[in-house]
Amino acid sequence: MAALPPYASPGQRLWYWGFRAICVAILFFLIMPILVIVPLSFNAEDFFTFTRGMLALESSAYSLKHYEDFFTNDDWQQALWNSVRIAPVATMLAVTLGTLAAIGLSQPHMPFRSAIMAILISPMIVPLIISAAGMYFFYSRLGIQGTYWGVVLAHAALGIPFVIITVTATLVGFDRSLVRAAANLGASPVRTFFKIQMPLILPGVISGALFAFITSFDEVVVVLFVGSAGQKTLPWQMFIGLREQISPTILAVATLLVTISILLLTTLELLRRRSEKLRGMSPG
Amino acid sequence: MTDAIAPGGLAASGPTSTPTRSQAQPKAQTKPGPVLAADGRPLKRSLQRALRAQRLRALALVAPLLIFVLMSFLFPIGDMLFRSVENQIVPDTLPNTVQQLQDWDANGSDAPPEPVFDALYYDLFLATEAKQHTRLGTRLNYERPGLSSLFRSTGRDIDEVGEQYQDALVALDPRWEEASVWFEMMSGGSGAEPDQALLSEARTRLYRLTSDDMSGEIGFIPSQEIAQILPLTSREYSAFAVFTVIEDDDVVAEEEPWEAVFFALAQDLQNPDLSAGIQSYEGPYAELLRNALSQVSSLPVIDLRAAFAEIDSDWANPANWETIKLYSGNYTDGYMLNAVDMTKSADGPVLKDENQRIYLKLFWRTLLMSLAITFLCFLLGYPIAYLLAILPLRTSNLVMILVLLPFWTSLLVRTASWKILLQQQGVINDLLVWSGLISDAGRLVMINNATGTIIAMTHILLPFMILPLYSVMKTIPPSYMRAAKSLGATDWTAFWRVYFPQTIPGVGAGAILVFILAIGYYITPELVGGTSGIFISNRIAYHISSSLNWGLAAALASMLLVVVLVLYWVYDKIVGIDNVKLG
Repeated sequence: MAALPPYASPGQRLWYWGFRAICVAILFFLIMPILVIVPLSFNAEDFFTFTRGMLALESSAYSLKHYEDFFTNDDWQQALWNSVRIAPVATMLAVTLGTLAAIGLSQPHMPFRSAIMAILISPMIVPLIISAAGMYFFYSRLGIQGTYWGVVLAHAALGIPFVIITVTATLVGFDRSLVRAAANLGASPVRTFFKIQMPLILPGVISGALFAFITSFDEVVVVLFVGSAGQKTLPWQMFIGLREQISPTILAVATLLVTISILLLTTLELLRRRSEKLRGMSPG
Repeated sequence: MTDAIAPGGLAASGPTSTPTRSQAQPKAQTKPGPVLAADGRPLKRSLQRALRAQRLRALALVAPLLIFVLMSFLFPIGDMLFRSVENQIVPDTLPNTVQQLQDWDANGSDAPPEPVFDALYYDLFLATEAKQHTRLGTRLNYERPGLSSLFRSTGRDIDEVGEQYQDALVALDPRWEEASVWFEMMSGGSGAEPDQALLSEARTRLYRLTSDDMSGEIGFIPSQEIAQILPLTSREYSAFAVFTVIEDDDVVAEEEPWEAVFFALAQDLQNPDLSAGIQSYEGPYAELLRNALSQVSSLPVIDLRAAFAEIDSDWANPANWETIKLYSGNYTDGYMLNAVDMTKSADGPVLKDENQRIYLKLFWRTLLMSLAITFLCFLLGYPIAYLLAILPLRTSNLVMILVLLPFWTSLLVRTASWKILLQQQGVINDLLVWSGLISDAGRLVMINNATGTIIAMTHILLPFMILPLYSVMKTIPPSYMRAAKSLGATDWTAFWRVYFPQTIPGVGAGAILVFILAIGYYITPELVGGTSGIFISNRIAYHISSSLNWGLAAALASMLLVVVLVLYWVYDKIVGIDNVKLG
């Protein structure tokens, strides 16, 4: 079905093109909401729809004023700064602990493997509102609710499943005889890890890190409960803006976030190709 | 993978066991019996030791993360779920009342007898001093509206009840007003036997009431003798003393006792069983006590039932008492029952009135909408996954990017864009009006209702359906379809009878994943759902941050969690949790 054979009947031809039309429509549904934000963010008016001037491509109908507002408004800048301060630390925590655990889980003689795996993946499955509520009460009791470290710990916990999944997936293709060869040649376990294993599973670790980063960077429910005004992150600020009164600045922020996700996606794609090459699979 | 260990594979699995095996073999050939390792131990045990070491090493690698997840994630959730059955606040705030209420028949038509009101007076007086009565009122108000204001108004006026006795006693002898007189009388003067038990009882009572640390020197101990002749007075005075020092930071000997202490004294004096003891008492201010006893008939007799009914007539209503009795245990199923629109009654749980049932409806709506979203995701995701599977690699990679970009885009960005697109002055309505499909007055309402939630969430969760479907379809050899067709099947039959059944595992995996994620969603329904498009999660959030009914929030959360965990378990059985693909 990849290509239409020359002997196809009219019905088959119709279906062939009909199917493709349906797919294009669905892809349009998938991508349109994201792309439509971009031109709207350059709107010179405070409207959320295309003005006549925009449709006529008049340059006066476009402006950067929403971006200007984002970069000069203290609330947004503070939120951006908080996000930048929280996400990398949470990511580091999740990646360090997660990679170690993934290596442990991939050992051939790991006891209680499936039970432990189920526990470690659970932050991804449990509804966020439940996690957020639990953390809110428990962290208040410990006195870390409303603190920077409270939010970092919570976000690290949420990012861990992604690190576990990506790193264990990379380790499945990992040739364990390499480790034995290194040991045979006299390398200590630590040296073996950093010189042999780490470079090979690095693509998985990095993509796990990207997932953990985006989880924290994009997270709003938990930070709403565990954080206080001092930890107001970018998603939090957006959430408030969307719930109370939509300010067009959100469009500018959204466009910037879309740009970031395109960058992340590109990085990930490059990593995937490199990983497949390293593991001797056919390049994509 | 863990259990099946082939003997040959074992030796190859780690550097530690390799030498053991190779050196053990020659020995095994020379003499029969247990196979020995190089160090003379039986090989079996030696191998087991090596295996154990490996297991421990693997566990040690996992342990830090496991502890981290337990501490930062699982304990908090368990702790919260526990709130759904916790009810200590009632027995902690009204310990004596709860005890007295046990003998009261809730089915009767009368309010409880006098002793219950006595206990209530002392409990509520202390609770009011500690400002805990409103908390209890809020708690009980969840079960019976009106109780919050009942406790609030009673807390305002409860001082006045004891004041009558205070005035009468002071009229008998002005020394009753002096803090030092009370202090000396209650501590029994120098050389009196101290009653440590009574004091620690008072500390426990206040600790349960306030959850503050009540240990520490307070500079007062009641005497055993006075505790015997004036049991109520010394009990209340001890509570007063502990509270004065620890909560108010004052000195006991310098503070005039509470009205409740005067009330207790009057009750002790009016108790004929105690008069003999008071007559023969010889401690400090014995003559003051005897004098009061001799004039006991001049003290007013207060009917507490009437007094409470005067403060608020609701105290005479047995239905309010029934609620207090029903929720007097340390643990309760009341929140859980509430979460399924039921309420406790003297004859067991019953459904609430029709117009008060909201949660079952909300659960049902959450379920239906999640199913609708799952089905829509399947409908839209299946063709795309199929397209990805049949296109040549280079083209399919491009299509894949179109699928992954939304996946990687911030959830709030996607929700925001739907909010903008779907609003009445938004792009879609503008387009429809411009094209003449609808009139300007007839703009569609697609936001702040169930439609908005379903559209936005289908878009957000679609990649979670496409990715597992695609990973299954990729593995189906195209030759099966060709074989079916060459055997005479039409395109449709070949698809429906041969291809589709093979994609069922992918459909199952994707559907469960989407359903699990959908049923617990909070952000999108909150922003685009209005009132008719919200989920159970939004109600949980409301009870945590607005109504502060944490017990009910925890009960709703427990039920949601049970559903999710069952699905998670099913998912693990069907797909295997480590087979989740991300991107």
